[in-house]
Amino acid sequence: MLRYVANRLLLAIPTLIGVAIMTFFILRVVPGDIVEAKLRGDGAQVTTDVIERERARLGLDKPRSEQFLDWMKGLARLDLGNSMWTGRPVIEEVAARFEITFQIALMATLIGCFIAIPLGVMAALYRGTFVDTLIRLFAVAGLAVPSFWLGMLIVLALLWSVGSLPPLTFTPIYKDPAANLWQLIWPALAVGYRFAAVLTRIVRSSLLEVLGEDYIRTARAKGVIESVIVRRHALRNALLPAVTVIGLEFAFLLGGLVVTEQVFSLNGLGRLFVQSVARHDFTLIQGMVMLFAAFYIAINLVIDLIYAALDPRVRYQ
Amino acid sequence: MTKRRQATEFAGGRDALASATPYGAAPTGAAGPAPALSTDLLLNVEDLHVSFATDIVNVPAVQGLSLQVRPGEIVALVGESGSGKSVSAHAIMRLLPRTGRIPKGRIQFEDRDLLALPEEQMRDVRGREIAMIFQEPMTSLNPVLPIGLQIIEPLQFHLGMSTRDANLRAVELLRMVGISDPEQRLRQYPHQFSGGMRQRVMIAIGLACNPKLIIADEPTTALDVTIQAQILELMKALSRDLGIALIVITHNLGIVARYAHRVVVMYSGRVVEQGEADAVFHRPRHPYTMGLLRSVPRLDRPRSGQLETIEGLPPSATDPLPGCRFAPRCPFRLPVCDTPPPLAPTDAGSLSACIRAADIAAGKLAWRKPAAVAAEAALRQDAAEPALRVRNLTKHFPVKTGLLARTHQVRAVEDVSFTVERGETLGLVGESGCGKSTVGRLILRLDAPTAGSIAFEGRDFAQMSRVELKAMRRKVQAVFQDPYSSLNPRMTIGQIIAEPLQVYGLAPNIAAARERVVSLLNEVGLRPELADRYPHQLSGGQRQRVGIARAIAIEPQFIVCDEAVSALDVSIQGQIVNLLEALQRKRGLAYLFIAHDLAVVRHISSRIVVMYLGRVMETADRDELCERPLHPYTKLLLEAAPIPDPSVEKARAPQLIHGELPSPLAPPSGCVFHTRCPIATSECRVEIPVLREIRPGHSAACIKV
Repeated sequence: MLRYVANRLLLAIPTLIGVAIMTFFILRVVPGDIVEAKLRGDGAQVTTDVIERERARLGLDKPRSEQFLDWMKGLARLDLGNSMWTGRPVIEEVAARFEITFQIALMATLIGCFIAIPLGVMAALYRGTFVDTLIRLFAVAGLAVPSFWLGMLIVLALLWSVGSLPPLTFTPIYKDPAANLWQLIWPALAVGYRFAAVLTRIVRSSLLEVLGEDYIRTARAKGVIESVIVRRHALRNALLPAVTVIGLEFAFLLGGLVVTEQVFSLNGLGRLFVQSVARHDFTLIQGMVMLFAAFYIAINLVIDLIYAALDPRVRYQ
Repeated sequence: MTKRRQATEFAGGRDALASATPYGAAPTGAAGPAPALSTDLLLNVEDLHVSFATDIVNVPAVQGLSLQVRPGEIVALVGESGSGKSVSAHAIMRLLPRTGRIPKGRIQFEDRDLLALPEEQMRDVRGREIAMIFQEPMTSLNPVLPIGLQIIEPLQFHLGMSTRDANLRAVELLRMVGISDPEQRLRQYPHQFSGGMRQRVMIAIGLACNPKLIIADEPTTALDVTIQAQILELMKALSRDLGIALIVITHNLGIVARYAHRVVVMYSGRVVEQGEADAVFHRPRHPYTMGLLRSVPRLDRPRSGQLETIEGLPPSATDPLPGCRFAPRCPFRLPVCDTPPPLAPTDAGSLSACIRAADIAAGKLAWRKPAAVAAEAALRQDAAEPALRVRNLTKHFPVKTGLLARTHQVRAVEDVSFTVERGETLGLVGESGCGKSTVGRLILRLDAPTAGSIAFEGRDFAQMSRVELKAMRRKVQAVFQDPYSSLNPRMTIGQIIAEPLQVYGLAPNIAAARERVVSLLNEVGLRPELADRYPHQLSGGQRQRVGIARAIAIEPQFIVCDEAVSALDVSIQGQIVNLLEALQRKRGLAYLFIAHDLAVVRHISSRIVVMYLGRVMETADRDELCERPLHPYTKLLLEAAPIPDPSVEKARAPQLIHGELPSPLAPPSGCVFHTRCPIATSECRVEIPVLREIRPGHSAACIKV
């Protein structure tokens, strides 16, 4: 098992190097650079001399190969460099926002699972009945409604019922859990509903498939009661495909909450990413892409390990 | 019934088990006389009807099954696919799928009517009093739960045993079914067991609560013949020692002859004949039973001309044939067969659903002999070169378990040599994993050999240019096992057959291709209209005919038939074998016939090669090999295969091959068979035996002969 994890981590290195090369050169193809955006962005008259000096300060006047080498040297030392806009280390910029986005993604995932697994199981067990139809309605609605629109509805509902909105400043959960949850539960609900919708359908179809398997018939022939058949024999097998979806959705949420963060005025990773792209903040974009890639790789490894824990046939050497 | 009472009852059962002879090395011999049967019935099924509700119609699957089982008796339920035998078993257990209905009938188990029991009480019957063993050991156990848990479940549910007691009992059960090291194996998962071992686990689960009846639905169909013999001997010994009645559902008449006391023959949802095994086999009184017994190739008899077959196909379940459902295929039908025939007693003491049973008894009716064919076409041995010459063929597959792991070799084929003359059929037999299909793939050039040479008509594949190889491919074709998955479901039959014609540019235009397809369909005995159908609209036998038509479309000289008839029912299997032989005579084809069924191989081949773990064990003329085998593996293989004749089976005490097939990743040293060989000595572990000619034309790879 340890050997397998080591194997996978070793394989991650070439993947990350590939990501680094691609992002660096694709960014350089985009016209314009940060200096122009920063100094001339709002139409100010700045002399070419000032711009050239700023370029030199940020190292943008060096040949691309040299810039690339500098960056790669930094990566080798696990140093993502400084943001070209604020001058603060990339890692600090990201860390400040990571907490919010990570917590929302995690809460949305948990909400999704808590809603989807029972609903999916019920839909499968009462297939073709009124219950199944209701659950399908719930799920299809979740897929059809965009989460930012649901977010806006939630904001309106809060204004209408409570008369105020959650505070805009972020309180970490370890400082004041109540204030933290009051702020973040709403975006998590908006995103979690869509998550639940996707997952409900997957749990339902996968459980239906498992219930038709030969070993379920064997369990029935042994005289095992139906509830134990579902819990012990069917659910564990049925959740295997769901694990993959949960993991990938979770990884996606970390970078994909752009609009929801906007609706709830949260200063998260999605917003930072959009900002840095608009500002041509090369080092920040590169750094974030690298972190996202590393995160995806880690999540995939975790999915595989959960798979191994659930399914004894999957054993990694 | 209280838990306490159940527990004491169970303790009694356990003592009885403890005194029973544990299943050991001694095989139990032939079927023997039926145990002294008490007159009261254990199970009495009367006039059972089962149908499946679809959106359009109710499809009747079983129409009036009557079946009696006495305590300790072994009853075989025989029939071809779709005859309703599995559905009947599921109906007895009340485990029909959601769409299944039982509109009529009675199932009396001891003093209870199972159809009237509430579901909770029925659950107490399942697993406690009636247990069931299924066909597919690979999928019948839950892959994510340890087998210990799966064995103790019925003990906990039905007998209220504690986990500790149940585990002790599970160890005892595993020992009874011949699994060594049971304490450790309880913690293992199904994928860590071989197919035969999983079926033993299924039997252990079935035995757990000491049931009165076990229903085994095709328990050995998915297993190799040597493992099949082990499992069936085990079930028979347990049934005899523990007094458990068995209903064995099977399509294999050999198994029936070897094990059953009584036989129930089903055809298209109805019972056509039932009675004592001896009576049904020796004095069949229904035309279907007669025809079925005649169409099975016999391993114990030399070939006598073509296989006899039952022409036509069984009726579809939706076909509302009101009278005898066998009438359309019956050679003795009369106008009166349009009314349903009653199941009436015959002179042989059996029951037959044929109104002409008395005529059959009087010997007035007999299946006619198939049209005599000229003696086997003389082999064209005058030709300078044989059709195929394989020399020292070896194929290793590298297996890598990780980025840093060492590469292992699966030795699929090791030093195999044989020749196939033009116009000849060579049979290649062996159990699963022996490398026979890999040999077929190498000959078809679907894989490249690791070493050795394959020469077709004297030309070595390895030395051919790309152009020559393509021309050679035209001469070598294949027919595969599964007629369901080897035809593209999105192409019509016409397109499937025409495709190779287009690839080789043999049809100048669409009309010509169409004409060619029609003539090919005729040649394989299919109606030309089928060209516009899709594979799923055809039966298994028809699909296999399409596979053959596709293979002969480009006029090959050599066809690799990889388990070409294994998936088919007996009566259809005979038709396909006869078709292959007719095509061979007409076109001078040579076949490499790869199969695990020795009886079919003996019938169709002129010479036979026996493989085990990638190596050739023995090769000889077909009759020589089957009657005077030299290699201990061949001898045991021949003994393991049951023969559809109760008298023959009673006269022989089959010796079992013990143990399982070793992994081809780490084949045994020396002779690969020494781990399971009854006559192996220490030198067998060292020396790799060479294949040497012991009698003229008869070679074996064993140092002991």
